[in-house]
Amino acid sequence: MDENVTLELKHISKYFGSVAANRDISLTLHKGEILALLGENGSGKTTLMNMISGIYYPDEGQIFVNGQEAVISSPQDAFRLKIGMVHQHFKLIDIFTAAQNIVLGPGGGRYGVRRINGQVRSIAEKYGFELDPAKKIYDMSVSEKQTVEIVKVLYRGADILILDEPTAVLTPQETEKLFAVMRAMKADGKSIIIITHKLHEVMAISDRVAVLRKGEYIGCVDTASTSEQALTEMMVGQKVELNIERPVTEFDRPLLEIRNLNIKNDVGSLAIEDLSFFIRGGEILGVAGIAGCGQRELCEAIAGLRKVEAGGIFHEGESIVGLSPKAIYDKGISMSFIPEDRLGMGLAPSMSVTDNMMLKNYQDTRFGIRPIPDRKGESAFVRRSKHALNRVGAFVDRHDPFVDRRKARAEAQRVIEELDVVTPSAETPVRRLSGGNVQKVLLGREMLTEPNVLITAYPVRGLDINSSYLIYDILNRQKKAGTGILFIGEDLDVMLALCDKIMVLCHGRMMGVVHADRTSKEQLGLMMAGALDLAEEKGKQMGVAKDSRIGEDQAWSE
Amino acid sequence: MDVFFANAISFGVIFLFGCVGEILTEKSGHLNLGIPGIMCMGAAGGCFGVKLVAMGESPNGVLVVIMGILFAMIFAGALGAVYGFLTVSLRSNQNVTGLACTIFGVGFTSFFLNNVVLTEGVSTALSYAGLNFFNAHIPGTENLGWFGTIFLRQGVLAYLAIVIAVIAAVVLRYTKAGLNLRAVGENPATADAVGINVTGYKYTFIVAGAAIAGLGGLCYVMGYMNGIVGSTVDQTIQGIGWLSIALVIFTLWKPALAIVGSIVFGILYILSSRITGISFEQIQLLNLIPYIVTILVLIVTSILGRREMQPPASLGLSYFREDR
Repeated sequence: MDENVTLELKHISKYFGSVAANRDISLTLHKGEILALLGENGSGKTTLMNMISGIYYPDEGQIFVNGQEAVISSPQDAFRLKIGMVHQHFKLIDIFTAAQNIVLGPGGGRYGVRRINGQVRSIAEKYGFELDPAKKIYDMSVSEKQTVEIVKVLYRGADILILDEPTAVLTPQETEKLFAVMRAMKADGKSIIIITHKLHEVMAISDRVAVLRKGEYIGCVDTASTSEQALTEMMVGQKVELNIERPVTEFDRPLLEIRNLNIKNDVGSLAIEDLSFFIRGGEILGVAGIAGCGQRELCEAIAGLRKVEAGGIFHEGESIVGLSPKAIYDKGISMSFIPEDRLGMGLAPSMSVTDNMMLKNYQDTRFGIRPIPDRKGESAFVRRSKHALNRVGAFVDRHDPFVDRRKARAEAQRVIEELDVVTPSAETPVRRLSGGNVQKVLLGREMLTEPNVLITAYPVRGLDINSSYLIYDILNRQKKAGTGILFIGEDLDVMLALCDKIMVLCHGRMMGVVHADRTSKEQLGLMMAGALDLAEEKGKQMGVAKDSRIGEDQAWSE
Repeated sequence: MDVFFANAISFGVIFLFGCVGEILTEKSGHLNLGIPGIMCMGAAGGCFGVKLVAMGESPNGVLVVIMGILFAMIFAGALGAVYGFLTVSLRSNQNVTGLACTIFGVGFTSFFLNNVVLTEGVSTALSYAGLNFFNAHIPGTENLGWFGTIFLRQGVLAYLAIVIAVIAAVVLRYTKAGLNLRAVGENPATADAVGINVTGYKYTFIVAGAAIAGLGGLCYVMGYMNGIVGSTVDQTIQGIGWLSIALVIFTLWKPALAIVGSIVFGILYILSSRITGISFEQIQLLNLIPYIVTILVLIVTSILGRREMQPPASLGLSYFREDR
């Protein structure tokens, strides 16, 4: 046995029912290295790691820790073997402080607030975390919560750390900080497994890369001797067309126009400041910006979920400020927001795929009562009676109290087939699906309604490459059909390829709108950081269409 | 006036037992609506325990009190364990199970007291024990003015209630066990992931909470009523039980606040019977005050929206590890 190997998996398999989540996987982790575990959604990365951390128990195979065969049947066993995992969905108690969360668990000696705060602070200082031990979790940002999770694992003495997609929720700067901390931990002799599917991060942080595909182990390579292209090939099994299609369409007149919009965030400060822009039919307008720059508030304001402080939102020339979310939805404005934790918004987790399809169109059902047709040669009395009956019938039809499950199930089937949703059936509760599949259901439902304005925030967040391309295809299909699309994204490369124009937000202010084919990543980066303000330079007010549908008097009467 | 406040405290501590018991149970994430029945069980068990040792010529006072406490806790704890088995292991609906426990406990108590406990000559023995043992006063406190009357002339169970409430407050706030317990009630999946024995904590605190609540029943019969077992004792204790659950909300799940809150409830509860010259309707309205106060507390805490004032986040939810 190699002295340097700290963790070794031999021929591990795990089955869920008849589906093999992991099949015959062997893997080694050396002391003081960072191993990236790369794979698409559903390739079994998290399942494999859950077996190391005691959440699941392998059906076949052996796990060796420091050369000794280990039985890990619970998280406690894993802790005893100094293995700690930071899950994608944080497991923290909201009303506790950071320090309380960190010391939680059996044993561990005396408990005193000052003492535990001191302990936590010393761990944080050792590895360079920024963490206030006395801060309550519910006051924390996602990246702070993640820090708590990592410190928790370190506090419990873990030598092997498993991080499940830690960067999915972080801004680039936060990611850099995390990487710095990871390097400090590595220097301290800790072994780290990082699950991710962002290739540039793999290249930046890892020593070796292990690739899984559809539950099977493909191979393990030294990061220094590989390339993003080679890793992508290992990961997807076939060469992925990296060019996203950008169909040319006839731009319509502005569908949605935003004028001088001001919105406040939850704590009462301005989230969006004096923002003007417009979306035409048949175009995709990208919104770039560092996370938390007012993207969420903007979405909510357009969908009617957040109060507009000042300014106007116009749909086909008509103001929609103050309308109910339902009325806005009925106008054909659809909003789908994938929150950082992916599950939070839009779906009812314990309801089935079918039921979730019905959530938005439950009011559209009809008995299907058809009017009685007129016939020739009828007396006026018969005709009038028929018309009266038809009016009653139409009224009853509009007020059908029953939901149409058959239609919803057909829609669910369509979404499942078109978007390749992996689910046992349309009647499976959504919470039993994996994160990426949940997302597909949410997007699929929004797109089924064929909206004329589609607002979508982070639609590919956490999705694998193939699923992402499916989403891009669907967006393009909508675009060709004349829909105006507001695409709030994270990946600049994708936005440059997919969008027609890109608007950059920096702390709620618009830094300018640029044509995607006439800008560069560097320029966008400068604008996101607030170093380049095109909106001011040009002198005229940006974001006002020449062929606006809003009359002058209308715009200022708001 | 001194006597009024002394009575308010001796009544209030009954609430205190029920309330602290329910707080401990709720902190583990279980809403036990069986508390009224469990308090009745405490009364039945306590009387049974006292009967076992108080029938002789000159019963040992200390032994009588200990047997009363012991059997009250055993009977109440047993019903608590049944509730725990149903809701923790079988994951049945907590509200339904709790209500069933109340119905069972009240009915059982009525049957048990009338048919098993209250045989020939037991009433006399019980009231002798209540008056002389459970309400034995600290010597030399007769002439200490209003302070002595209110605070130093209480029965042994009143002091026990305060001690238990203080211990519960310290455990919840300052110990690792309390931290872990609160974690279980807030988010059992998280607690499980860090290696806390979720099922163990739930059982321990459900049974302990029930046993403590059972002392409330004993306290009513042997303490407040001086061992006189009336024919409507089960109905009265049931009413006290519901108020104890309301008191949990009133005191924001804090045992230390429960000491004050229970005395307030004690004052409100006996107020109607101490004010002379009011009509039956007015008495009924006065009896509503504790509930109205509780609703007001709920409104105020909802408006304030502080997370610390809310019930445990997983209260009423079953926990199943493999459920995502």
